[in-house]
Amino acid sequence: MNFQEHAAKPLLAAAGIAVPASQPARTPEAAAAAQKALGPVVVKAQVPTGKRGKAGGIRKADTPEQTRAAAEAILGMTIDGHRVESVLVESRADIKREFYAAVMNDPASKGPLVLFSTLGGMDIEEAAAKDASAIRRAAVDIRDGFDAKAARAMLKGLDLGGKDAQVADVLVRLYQVYRDNDAELIEINPLAVTGDGRMVALDCKFVMDDSAVKRHEELAKKGTPEKVTGLEAKGRALGLRYIELDGDVGVLANGAGLTMTTMDVVCHHGGKPANFLEIGGEAYTQAKPALELVLANPNVRSLVINFCGAFARTDVMTEGVLAALDAIKPKLPIHWSVHGTGDVEARAMLKEKLGVMPFATMDQACAAAVESARKAGGHR
Amino acid sequence: MIVRGSDRVLIQGITGKQGTFWTERMQEYGTNVVGGVNPNKAGTVHCAVPVYASAKEAKKALNDEGGFDVSVLFIPPLGVKEAALDAIAAGAKGLVVLTEHIPVHDVMWFLAAARDAGCRVLGPNTAGSVTPGECFCGFMPAFNDNIFKPGRVGVISRSGSLGTLICLNLAQAGFGQSAFIGIGGDPIIGTTTRDALETLDVDSRTDAVVIVGEIGGAMEEAAAEYAGTMKKPIAAFIAGGAAPKGKRMGHAGAIVMGDRGTYDSKARALTAAGVTVVATPSAIGTWAREAIGGRRAS
Repeated sequence: MNFQEHAAKPLLAAAGIAVPASQPARTPEAAAAAQKALGPVVVKAQVPTGKRGKAGGIRKADTPEQTRAAAEAILGMTIDGHRVESVLVESRADIKREFYAAVMNDPASKGPLVLFSTLGGMDIEEAAAKDASAIRRAAVDIRDGFDAKAARAMLKGLDLGGKDAQVADVLVRLYQVYRDNDAELIEINPLAVTGDGRMVALDCKFVMDDSAVKRHEELAKKGTPEKVTGLEAKGRALGLRYIELDGDVGVLANGAGLTMTTMDVVCHHGGKPANFLEIGGEAYTQAKPALELVLANPNVRSLVINFCGAFARTDVMTEGVLAALDAIKPKLPIHWSVHGTGDVEARAMLKEKLGVMPFATMDQACAAAVESARKAGGHR
Repeated sequence: MIVRGSDRVLIQGITGKQGTFWTERMQEYGTNVVGGVNPNKAGTVHCAVPVYASAKEAKKALNDEGGFDVSVLFIPPLGVKEAALDAIAAGAKGLVVLTEHIPVHDVMWFLAAARDAGCRVLGPNTAGSVTPGECFCGFMPAFNDNIFKPGRVGVISRSGSLGTLICLNLAQAGFGQSAFIGIGGDPIIGTTTRDALETLDVDSRTDAVVIVGEIGGAMEEAAAEYAGTMKKPIAAFIAGGAAPKGKRMGHAGAIVMGDRGTYDSKARALTAAGVTVVATPSAIGTWAREAIGGRRAS
């Protein structure tokens, strides 16, 4: 779950990392009013993407009029696919130097990774390409945590302009924010050294581990809900992992890997999938609402149902699909591939209820589904 | 990690609905289940084996007959860390962690403890492992002999359902499996593709390997480095080539971020290492006939 700057920075402030005074605003008038109390400001688009600056979503302003104009220009912009609904009006720091600091889950070391770079204001890949020696990484044993000694050790040899102790202190506090909030990633970029020698976090990105949301229900309310279509929202409400796509072959399969593969094979045969929808895990009993969801997409011209039972029983899933077909009575052609746990019973059911036998392979089922969609498309 | 029929298996969470159902399937197939754990039902017998309050208690009680080697966890997400640490402290040599949606900080914690203790971990978010004709751990349809039969092809998979389909394709082409190693669909897991590849490389029962990967992360790229050094023929199928960027495709680990974790990056790395990357699962059968058909593979 992503948190925008205005929702992430209070976590830093609570942990003792300085952030500039700021005020969120949803209208140019509110932005102008906020500026009066803050003096020279930066007006920043609040969208969950790192491409705000380049897109013109961050502007300086010194007066209420300038602030109003800046907010007017930014509100309603679309940045990296996200419409700007609010801005953060933030006191402008006197920046002398910019660093980068982050803590993230690292699949390679299977633990937390603390990152620091003397090249702030750019993303870490960019910094790595520019000067690899400016970047320091420290893999942490999560059982031990990360203290000032470890922070000083990782910073050794970098020229921090005498700010070593302050930077180390920020890294330790940042690690604590990461741990306390089950972060997947927490990043300060830039971490600024100001004219009066303070360290201030000018931006913050925070991604909470989706699997840990139930441990942080209050905080999670401040996260940015993922952008979903109407059908995707319906899928979530049912506990189904549904992603709407722009093709015309409806896909219903069990398990994430198998569902992706069904989409791949549809594409391989020249078709386009209309959705990702898997009913693996406990969701295998949800075949009926799942099929209703697939068919609710008006672009669907044909359907491929691909079950390969392991944990999920194909007979239970087939029963659910048959119930849904009975209720909806769709006119479109359906192509089955059924293997694995419960397949003998599932095949018998299909033969009895629909008078059909599944294709021998999922390749054949997908190819036939693509061909059906092509034919149906011609009559659209 | 390949689980053998001789391995003594503990089931944590044995009394739950899924724990019970799959323990019975494992026992029928030949898995040597020696006990179960449920703190509230200690002292009872379930699935014909004793139930203990903890893995440590199980180890103590079973010590004279050899304790336990591997623990399979049927435990809800927020309880896994404690259960895993219990099993590790009790001396488990292997853990099979089936649970999906475990907080990643918890996962990193018990993986660090397992590493220190020399305990191998499959998962989290794995469907388990199968050693055809011997035993299985988890919720795999090992008992379906159209899919799993003894043979000499090792299969490594991030996905249970897709891995099962690949085994079906092998079986239809006349090839059984030496081992199915489900490594799990999470971004941070105990046994990586590369780890499993190293295991199968030195396994005397394995003549060839199939890697079933998917988009997201860099595990296939890391495995490719090692694959390049292997003599056994290797094929790979990577799921998710048709997936849109920036969306988690069901598995927490299956997401393309920018230009990282893409199908192309994985296919390129594996191809460069001499691995045959097939475009569809059914092409695995054709590959097997060409690459190992002449050798005694089943």
